[in-house]
Amino acid sequence: MGRDELDVSIWRGDANGGRFEDFKVPAQDSQTVLDVVSWVQQNEDPTLSYRYACRVGMCGSCAMMVNGVPRWTCRTHVKKVLDGQKVTVAPLRNLPVIKDLATDMDPFFDKWVKAAGVHHPSKTRDDPIEAVNPASPARVEADTGIECINCSVCYAACDTVTGNADYLGPAALQRAWTLYNDAKDADQQTILDAVSGNGGCHNCHSQGSCTLYCPNELNPMKAIAGLKRATAASFFKRRK
Amino acid sequence: MIRPHRSHPLWFAFALHRVSGLGLALFLPAHFYLLSLALTDPVSLDSYLALAENPLVKVAEFGLVFLLAVHFFGGLRLMALEWLPWSGRQKSLAAGAVAAAFFVSGTFFLQAV
Ligand code: HEM
Ligand code: SF4
Ligand code: SF4
Ligand code: FES
Repeated sequence: MGRDELDVSIWRGDANGGRFEDFKVPAQDSQTVLDVVSWVQQNEDPTLSYRYACRVGMCGSCAMMVNGVPRWTCRTHVKKVLDGQKVTVAPLRNLPVIKDLATDMDPFFDKWVKAAGVHHPSKTRDDPIEAVNPASPARVEADTGIECINCSVCYAACDTVTGNADYLGPAALQRAWTLYNDAKDADQQTILDAVSGNGGCHNCHSQGSCTLYCPNELNPMKAIAGLKRATAASFFKRRK
Repeated sequence: MIRPHRSHPLWFAFALHRVSGLGLALFLPAHFYLLSLALTDPVSLDSYLALAENPLVKVAEFGLVFLLAVHFFGGLRLMALEWLPWSGRQKSLAAGAVAAAFFVSGTFFLQAV
């Protein structure tokens, strides 16, 4: 094995199971994990399935397990994650596999809607636009969560998702918290009800894997703590 | 082996909290049963208490006090995380909970020997 060759193990298979296949890939400067996967598909096996679009960390479609850790592959330099000369690439955890490295992200997106992660309008098109004060505490809080790219890295990192298929997961709950703090959202109670059921925010054990691995350095663990507080406060208020 | 995505301080804090919680749940019934012997059967309580002079039992007691202390301080950290304004120093706080638990259980151990 030359110094400038990588030992790449790629998971191949589908929903019924699979196994790792080994490839030798020439090492290059500034090579990303996505570059490595693309090289294999273009030069070794055109049937290798994987997903990406933007290649610049915007679209959130390229996440995979890299040496056992979820990462956005288009912005992960392979040199930073190499274990010796070896790198292992597998489909994201906690999602059904379609084929090889491509997972079915539907459950992840469906949970955004379940967590009331849709806009609840407060006005009609005839009303003047609501002014939002960027310095208000609620807006500052909402701003900390809005750069989410829906990559599902946090969802793949979360052991609570692994243990409970109904758990809404860090990204959807963070989205709910963002809307809860949005002056333009009219239905805070619907949001609190949606996130306090069986699969809701109280399942979270604050393991913090979501926050540790989020490639955009967002903090879903903090957002979930905010929801726990808001749901509990509203519970006691309503009992009075 | 611990899976790679789990090897970080807050995941270890979670695991320690679960193990210590389960350990307490297993141990406390036995503990209360022994204490109840003071009322129902003092003679056999005394024979159990004699066991406590055994150095091995002293080390085990240290372990139990550690479990209780680490669950207590760790639980306080989690409650603060959920109820107080957010603090970004969760790793340090978790490490502090373990340190405080070692301090309490270590002091207990030194008193016992
Ligand atoms: C001394 C005061 C205590 C405090 C402040 C405390 C706090 C907590 C907190 C905050 C949790 C939730 C952790 C999470 O979300 O993962 C928890 C879980 C738990 N506690 Fe305690 N606790 C205490 C005493 C006890 C005792 C005496 C027992 C045993 C009978 C116990 C057994 C457990 C168990 C089994 C869990 C579940 C662990 C898990 O879900 O990971 N706790 N505790
Ligand atoms: S902090 Fe909560 S949501 Fe985030 S990984 Fe841990 S259990 Fe999952
Ligand atoms: S919170 Fe972070 S890790 Fe999770 S989906 Fe959004 S960008 Fe990805
Ligand atoms: S390809 Fe778009 S985020 Fe990686």
